[in-house]
Amino acid sequence: MKRIALLGMPNTGKSTLFNRLSGASARVGNWPGITVDLMSAKILIGGHIAELVDLPGLYDLHGFSDDEQVVRHFLANNSVDLVMIVLNSSQIDRQLSLALQIRALGLPALLLLNMQDEAKRSGISIDIDEMSRQLGLPVASISAKYGDGCPQALQLAARHLEHQRAPISASEISSKLEADTQLEQQMEHIVKQSVQMPLQLTDRLTERIDRVLLHPWLGLPLFFGAMYLLFQFIFTVGAPLQEGVAWLLDLIRSDILEPLTASLPAWLHGLLLDGIYDGVGTVAAFVPIIVLFFLVMTMVEDSGYMSRAAFLMDALMARVGLDGRSFVMVLMGFGCNVPALMGTRVMRSRGMRLLTMMVIPLSLCSARLQVFVFMSAILFTTEQAPLVVFSMYLMSFVTIFLTALIFKGKMRSSEPFILEMPPYRFPTAKQIVLRGWLEVRHFLNRASKFIIFGVVMVWALTNFPSGVPAASEATYAGQIGQFFLPILEPIGIDAKLAIALIFGFVAKEIVVGALAVIYGLQGEALELLMAQQLDWVQGVSFMLFTLIYTPCLSTIATMRSESKSVGYTVLALGWSLLLAWVVSFIFYQSARALGY
Amino acid sequence: MLNLSQLQPGESAHIHAIHAEESLFHRLNAMGFRIGKKIELVRQASFGGPVHVRLGSTDIILRLTEASRIQIARA
Ligand SMILES: Nc1nc2c(ncn2[C@@H]2O[C@H](COP(=O)(O)OP(=O)(O)OP(=O)(O)O)[C@@H](O)[C@H]2O)c(=O)[nH]1
Ligand SMILES: [Mg+2]
Repeated sequence: MKRIALLGMPNTGKSTLFNRLSGASARVGNWPGITVDLMSAKILIGGHIAELVDLPGLYDLHGFSDDEQVVRHFLANNSVDLVMIVLNSSQIDRQLSLALQIRALGLPALLLLNMQDEAKRSGISIDIDEMSRQLGLPVASISAKYGDGCPQALQLAARHLEHQRAPISASEISSKLEADTQLEQQMEHIVKQSVQMPLQLTDRLTERIDRVLLHPWLGLPLFFGAMYLLFQFIFTVGAPLQEGVAWLLDLIRSDILEPLTASLPAWLHGLLLDGIYDGVGTVAAFVPIIVLFFLVMTMVEDSGYMSRAAFLMDALMARVGLDGRSFVMVLMGFGCNVPALMGTRVMRSRGMRLLTMMVIPLSLCSARLQVFVFMSAILFTTEQAPLVVFSMYLMSFVTIFLTALIFKGKMRSSEPFILEMPPYRFPTAKQIVLRGWLEVRHFLNRASKFIIFGVVMVWALTNFPSGVPAASEATYAGQIGQFFLPILEPIGIDAKLAIALIFGFVAKEIVVGALAVIYGLQGEALELLMAQQLDWVQGVSFMLFTLIYTPCLSTIATMRSESKSVGYTVLALGWSLLLAWVVSFIFYQSARALGY
Repeated sequence: MLNLSQLQPGESAHIHAIHAEESLFHRLNAMGFRIGKKIELVRQASFGGPVHVRLGSTDIILRLTEASRIQIARA
C-alpha cells in the first residue's frame, strides 16, 4: 500500500486537510501543537487505497522537541511515497523553507498552499505555475477548511504517487540539511519571483479585537470574566437538560423496565436495575452538559484565543516556574487531562515538561465537573450552585499555582518562550458538530469500558455477603469504608462517600454512578436522600477532595508513558493525595470550628 | 546597539543579529526572524510579561530574555 504523509509547520491546517480527505476526525484547533502524535487513515486515491498519515507540525527538520522527534522518527522508520507539504499561504515568505528542506532530502513531495481564503482576503497573490517551475515540485492552492481545491490536489497527488523512496535516516537528514544559508537565498528568490504581497499586511479585525482583549490592564479581568460567562452559559443551559434526562430515565425505569424484569430473580433484578441501569443512567444524564461543554471548548480552542491567554498569563506563570503554554495546557485540561498531558510534548526542556505535567492533573476536567454539578445541585440552592462549582475552578487554579511553586526548585528549566499568535478564526458548524460527536463517542467508549465495570463492582460490594442489609456496615463496601474511616472522618467523608471515592480512582464518571448504586436510588429520590444524609460542609469537603486527590487511571497511565518514569508518576500521585487531604481537612475543620 | 527588548510599543526596526544557541536559532529562523528583516513591536504584556512582535504576516510572542538576544537597528 502507498503511504502519503502530511507535513508542515504547526497550525497550517494539516489535520483539517487530513479530516477532509479521509473523513476521519483528528483534533483541530487554532493553536500550534494540537497534533502531537501520528494518526493514519485509509483513503481512496487514483483508484487505489493508500494510507494517509497526519503528523505533528514542525518548524524545521532539525527537530528538538518531543513532537518534532515523532516526525523525524516517522521519516526514519517508514518509507513514504509522497509527502504533502502543507503551508499557510499568508506566511509563505518564511514557511517555504520547510518545503526546500524536504526537497533537499530528496523526498517525493507535493506542495499545498493552504488557507487560500485568508491569503486572498489580505491581498496576497501567488503565481502557482511559476512557483512550481522554480521549485521543481507540483504545487496546488487549497482551502482545507472550506474544501476549495481539495479534489484537484488529490488528483495531482495521484499522478505523483509513482516512485517510492526508502526511509531516510536521522543522520542522513542532518548531513543533507547543512547548507541552510543557501536554502534561505533560494527561498527569497522564489518568493520574489512568484509571490505578491501587499506592503501593509494586517488582519484588521484581529487587530481590533486584540486591542481590547490584550489591553494592558483589561486583558486579565476580561479573561476571567469571559471564563465565568462561558461557565454560566454551560451551567444554565446544561443543568436543566441533565435533570430532564434523569427524569426521563426514571420514567423508563418505573414504567417499562420494572414490569419487564419483575419476574427475574431478586439478585439479577437488583444487578440490572439498581446496579447497571441506575449507575450508568445517572452518569448518562450528564452527556448533554458534557457535549455543551465541549462545544464551547471547541469554539475557544479554534478562535485562537489560547495564544492570547498564554500572552496574558506568562508573566504570572513565570513566577511559579511555568510559562504561558503551561497555562494553555491547563485550560485544555479542563476538557480532559489526557490530551493536555500529551500536549506538553511541544516543550523542549524536560524540567518544564515535568513541572507542567505535575500540575495538569489538578485542572478540573469535565468528568469532575459532573460530580460537582451533581453534588452542588443536591446541597445548594439553584442560585448558589453555579457559584459553588465556579469556586471549584478557582480552587483548581490555586492548587496548580501552589504545586508549581513547591516543585519548581526540583524541575528547573531555561526553556525559551516563543509562540506564534495566529489570527482569530471561527470554526465552521461542521467542525463544531464533529467535535461534539467525538466527545459523545469518547464518553460511550469510557462508559462501556470503565463505568459499567465500576458500577457493577460497587453494586456487588454493597450487596454482598448475601443476607446482610444492602449498603450496611456489614457489606464488603461497608467494611472497606470502615477501614478508611480513621483518615476520612476528619475531613467529613463517611463510609458511603469513601466507596465512591475509591472507584473514582478509575474514572471520575463512576463517582456519581457509584453514589446512585450505593444509596440504591436514582434521580430525584437519590438527591433527596443524599440531602438528608449530608450537610453542605461535608459536601464541599467531598468536592475538594474529589477535585484534588487523584486524576483517573487513564491520566495516570498517560503520565507514566509521557514522563517515562515510574518514580515521577508515584510522586505526582502521592502529592495530590496528600494535598487533597490537607485542603479538605483545613476546610472541614475550620468550617466546623466556625459553627457550620 | 539596541536589542529587541528595548523597543517601545509601536516602534519598528530591522534585525541586525541573533545571538542564540543552535536549536533556538533554528526555531527563530523558521518563525521568520532573519537578518535584515523588518520587525515591529506591537505591545507588551503587563507585569514584565512577553512582547508581541510582528514580522511580515507572522505575529509572535516571546519573553524579554529571548527578545534581548535579538539585536536591532532602528529603521
Ligand atoms: N481560514 C482557514 N482556516 C483554516 C484552513 N485550514 C485550516 N484552518 C484553521 O487553521 C487552524 C489549524 O488547523 P489544524 O488542522 O489544527 O492545523 P495543524 O496543521 O494540524 O496544526 P498542528 O497539529 O498544531 O500542527 C484551525 O483553526 C483550522 O480551522 C483554511 O483553509 N482556511
Ligand atoms: Mg494537526
